[in-house]
Amino acid sequence: MKLRRLKAIAVKEVLQIWRDPRSLMIALLLPFTQMFLFGYGVNLDLKHLPVCTFDREGSQLSQDLFKHFQASQYFAIARNVTSYADVVAAIDHGTCSFAIVVPPDFSERLNDTGAASVQAIVDATDDNTANIAYGYAAAVVGDYSSTVQIRWQDRQGRALQQIQPLVVQSRVWFNEDLESRNFIIPGLVAMIMALVGAQLTSLTISREWERGTMELLVSTPVQPNEVMFGKLAPYLILGWVDAAFCLALAALWFGVPFRGTLFALFVTTSLFLVVVLSIGYLLSVVIRSQVGASQIALLVTMLPTTLLSGYIFPIDQMPKALQTITYLIYSRYYVSIVKDLFLKGSSLAELSTPILFLVVYATAVMVLAARAFRKRLD
Amino acid sequence: MNGRIAAEPQVVAEGLVKRFGDFVAVDHVSFQIGRGEIMGFLGPNGAGKSTIIRILCGLLLPSSGRALVAGIDVAQDPEGVREHIGYMSQKFSLYRDLTVEENLRFFGGIYRVPHDKLAERMRFAIDMAGLRGHEKNLVATLAGGWQQRLALGCAVLHRPPILFLDEPTSGVEPTSRRRFWHLIHTLADGGVSVLVSTHYMDEAEYCHRAALINRGRLIASGSPDELKRTALGGELLLLECANLGPTLAALQQAPGVLDCSVFGNALHVLVRVAERALRELPAYLERKNLPPSRLERIHASLEDVFVRLIAADSAKRGEAA
Repeated sequence: MKLRRLKAIAVKEVLQIWRDPRSLMIALLLPFTQMFLFGYGVNLDLKHLPVCTFDREGSQLSQDLFKHFQASQYFAIARNVTSYADVVAAIDHGTCSFAIVVPPDFSERLNDTGAASVQAIVDATDDNTANIAYGYAAAVVGDYSSTVQIRWQDRQGRALQQIQPLVVQSRVWFNEDLESRNFIIPGLVAMIMALVGAQLTSLTISREWERGTMELLVSTPVQPNEVMFGKLAPYLILGWVDAAFCLALAALWFGVPFRGTLFALFVTTSLFLVVVLSIGYLLSVVIRSQVGASQIALLVTMLPTTLLSGYIFPIDQMPKALQTITYLIYSRYYVSIVKDLFLKGSSLAELSTPILFLVVYATAVMVLAARAFRKRLD
Repeated sequence: MNGRIAAEPQVVAEGLVKRFGDFVAVDHVSFQIGRGEIMGFLGPNGAGKSTIIRILCGLLLPSSGRALVAGIDVAQDPEGVREHIGYMSQKFSLYRDLTVEENLRFFGGIYRVPHDKLAERMRFAIDMAGLRGHEKNLVATLAGGWQQRLALGCAVLHRPPILFLDEPTSGVEPTSRRRFWHLIHTLADGGVSVLVSTHYMDEAEYCHRAALINRGRLIASGSPDELKRTALGGELLLLECANLGPTLAALQQAPGVLDCSVFGNALHVLVRVAERALRELPAYLERKNLPPSRLERIHASLEDVFVRLIAADSAKRGEAA
């Protein structure tokens, strides 16, 4: 490998990137818009779920219960209706996804026996939301019933005693506010970089085949390694800019706590960039058409990174077979690295396993790409 | 000129064959090119000229046969060959979004032209291509002829002893074409062996030797003079007369006439010996009441030669197939 030729390729590539402001803008604007779209669009937290109430009693106690719901940040009372038909309509039309019905004998039974039930109707079209809503509703009702219980015992002249033999005192670590955003945004950075990185390089070789410049280039003494490293270098710099941009947005704009070191972030991010840029490059070498290579690049980055990297869907919840497949997904390693760096502040030593996997991956893809680069037309 | 070949053949092709599936693109082609010699490949589009050049550049593997470039077997050691050649592909293949200077510097880097020589070589290439004052222009903004001269400049930046130029004058206006051929001659005079293909038949006159290629086969080769003298297998007469049709029919039966065809509003008659035909044909035609108004010997242009050879070859192989 001759440095002189590598440099000639790299300089030429930089000039071509610079002369093509449209692609340059895409390379810089795409990550920006995606950070905002996904950063705000993907949110697993349930807040201010619209609730429909049907108060068949209309007593002080029933209104108290609703106040508890209203006070919770998870629910917002959107409708007060007066018939079951209206409850059904509200849920059917999607104006409310949760309904509470208080029976006519609510206060009576509560006062007599200290126990009453309310009906909750959940729209379980989205089972995840339904589950969470149900859990939150149970908590609100539980909280309410303990106040009622205290009042009831008080009225019965009994000594105030709450029987709670075991109490869990939970402390949440790493994502103290339990904000799903803190969990999603670091993974989002990985997804955007995989997408943009592979897109950028998927065009480099195929463009030269399409424009006819490759026929001349392969007739020269240039070596496959020189072409590869010469072409990847400028895109690595562009990738650094993109990554710095996304990571800064994550920490400063979305306020995801960053607890690791910048050095560890730089090392691991560079490694990940090398993997995705090489994947795009490999596709460009093999496919020789710009449209084809960029389509396949989209397919092999976006899909596995979204579904199998643990970016949103936790890997340990997947069926065993699928979990095995995720070891082949390069972004799984970086997603776990970047989440650990942000939230746990892990050191490079603690991240050595995923780092090793990324090194192996990068090497394998580059060896393949260098071999696939043929200096022949047939 | 044949002496050059015998002394130092720079390019040797022996029985080259290239098949793409059932299609035979190159069919047992053999030739040699000597040092400082300009060899022209002529023939219609799709005749196989580009395929032969690509084999010689190591871009395609021959199905059989052997090619030696600068004494190196191309199929065995394509990389060894690439240091010694300059190539201009049929499709323009410089970077249009780079300037004249940036393209030259790029190829200077790729061929590792020594740093202390690069500036001088670039100046030479720019002067040769007549691009002084346009160094900072994007290649895309240059006219076709200028682009081709720059491509030649890039191909010779590393001073290769062998040049393969695939239709370098295609789509270029006549003045620029002449200028381009002048450049090729300058390079050949400096000892560079040049293989250049073209589909402009008249450009064969610029070559030391020309090879005519039709449907993958080399059907004739030699210096332009040799080709004109011998390739037709006879001598050519021009005949003007009142009744073209009947005269044509009569001549085809006449003794000593090999072939006869309409050429404009006259006839071209190919005969075994011109002097004898000039004596005997007028009497023969008068006997048939078809007296010629004019009959004289003409010298065939290379285009005549090629058109006849290609027609004859295609007809022969059409029958065979």
